[in-house]
Amino acid sequence: MELLPLTEAIAAYVKDGQTVALEGFTHLIPFAAGHEIIRQERRKLHLVRMTPDLVYDQLIGMGCAERLTFSWGGNPGVGSLHRLRDAVERGWPQPLALTEFTHAEMAVAYQAGASGLTCALMPHHATTDLEAVPGAPVKMLRCPFSGAPLTAVPALIPDVTLLHAQQVDAAGNVLFRGIVGAAKEAAMAARCVLVTVEERVARLNADLNALVLPAAVISAVSIVPGGAYPSYAQGYYPRDNGFYLAWDQIARDRKTFTAWMERHVLGVRDHATLLRTLGVAA
Amino acid sequence: MMTVTAARQLRNGAVCFVGIGLPSAACNLARLTHAPDLLLIYESGTVGTRPVVLPLSIGDGELAETATCIVPLPEVFAHYLQRGRVDVGFLGAAQIDRFGNLNSTVIGDYSHPSVRLPGAGGAPEIATYAREVLVIMKQTPRSFVERLDFRTSCGYLGGGGERAASGCPGGGPKAVITDFGVLRPHPDTQELELAALYPGASLAAARAATGWALKVAADLESVPLPEPEVLAALRDLNARTERAHAAPIHITLPLAP
Repeated sequence: MELLPLTEAIAAYVKDGQTVALEGFTHLIPFAAGHEIIRQERRKLHLVRMTPDLVYDQLIGMGCAERLTFSWGGNPGVGSLHRLRDAVERGWPQPLALTEFTHAEMAVAYQAGASGLTCALMPHHATTDLEAVPGAPVKMLRCPFSGAPLTAVPALIPDVTLLHAQQVDAAGNVLFRGIVGAAKEAAMAARCVLVTVEERVARLNADLNALVLPAAVISAVSIVPGGAYPSYAQGYYPRDNGFYLAWDQIARDRKTFTAWMERHVLGVRDHATLLRTLGVAA
Repeated sequence: MMTVTAARQLRNGAVCFVGIGLPSAACNLARLTHAPDLLLIYESGTVGTRPVVLPLSIGDGELAETATCIVPLPEVFAHYLQRGRVDVGFLGAAQIDRFGNLNSTVIGDYSHPSVRLPGAGGAPEIATYAREVLVIMKQTPRSFVERLDFRTSCGYLGGGGERAASGCPGGGPKAVITDFGVLRPHPDTQELELAALYPGASLAAARAATGWALKVAADLESVPLPEPEVLAALRDLNARTERAHAAPIHITLPLAP
């Protein structure tokens, strides 16, 4: 584990054409890291994430992605991700190929990757058209013991998984508190793990069964206070539900979207400046 | 009326897998009124959560702070749904057919959709494994369709017992709560029939809002008006929620070195 400024961490570890997962289920979404990828103009990424959320709407709309692996692509509680839709429906700013799972499938796909397996198994029930779409990722087989039908889900192994967490300690161990989604599985599946954190502390405020990623599995940590905004960090700041509502209007139109991104992401040096520009930090 | 009607379907003590929006409002209304021991599970991994205000997203901090426990996402699906520990699952969708099958994936062809919808999320597994499913949707000819553009999640498949014969473990949709009333499956054919109308809603309008020839149950009921104390609880909940969501966010940044 090395402690790096976010600009250097992204420059060193995230390359064009890689399979990149920014995880965090509603909570602890690494927005600052996503914005830095946009600033550094990464291209042809294969983006992986269970719930693409606003940060992937932004990456897709800014032309960073050529493929998306996901299980639910909306603005939670609000509606559509308009940039995701524009890319899929009209190929703007470029076509976006989709690999689509259900949440349960994608969760076990990460678990398989994290466990050194080539695939994960689930009970199979012929209930959805998803398994019949062109290029569907799953396959059917029989349990060798019971003969029961099973769904095999291929392992997901990101080149880089990026996460946001609350704290890093002096030794580089990282603590996640609250809703953790598939953060641990996505990290352990990845070839390389980058984490942004709210703060550096001498000792983690961790219960015995807390989710801590040891320094040994992390490539780099960057200290980025507010790095999950407009998502949230439990114990630090709440989710800005108002921003998620406002994004629906910002992202609906290509020009409004591009202008917003140029002003608030490309036009600022770092995440702290973005937070000040938006008036959420003094 | 939809929220109150949905809340009434929940018995105290049930284990409930909650979706965001109307289902979340209905589940919490039930918990605050007739079903205080409802166990609410949101797919973000918050189990036994008792939110004071309604969340906008499936993973708001409010759900985490008031939860009995928070489990990693793979466990929500494997240990609770897939293992058969969920009594009631809530679903909505863009399209539903007469057998309660649901589409939340695309309008049009999958490869060239006219509308790309958010997709499956947890819906296929909720539809498959929950002992019973409650669907909440506004009833329009565009959403209550003769034929789905895509089947994301199953209801009764082709009806007449096809679902059970396929080995699908859960019980399927028990009720579809709309802005006209409640549809329930016929016991044999499993075709959704209009079982109850809200006061003031007309049968002709409900039929006109359905893209198939809607059948009516032999004993069509009238949904009772919400009890005053239930309405009061819902208004309080909504007012608390609006106040909480209007609060501005402040992030304190450390001083620049």
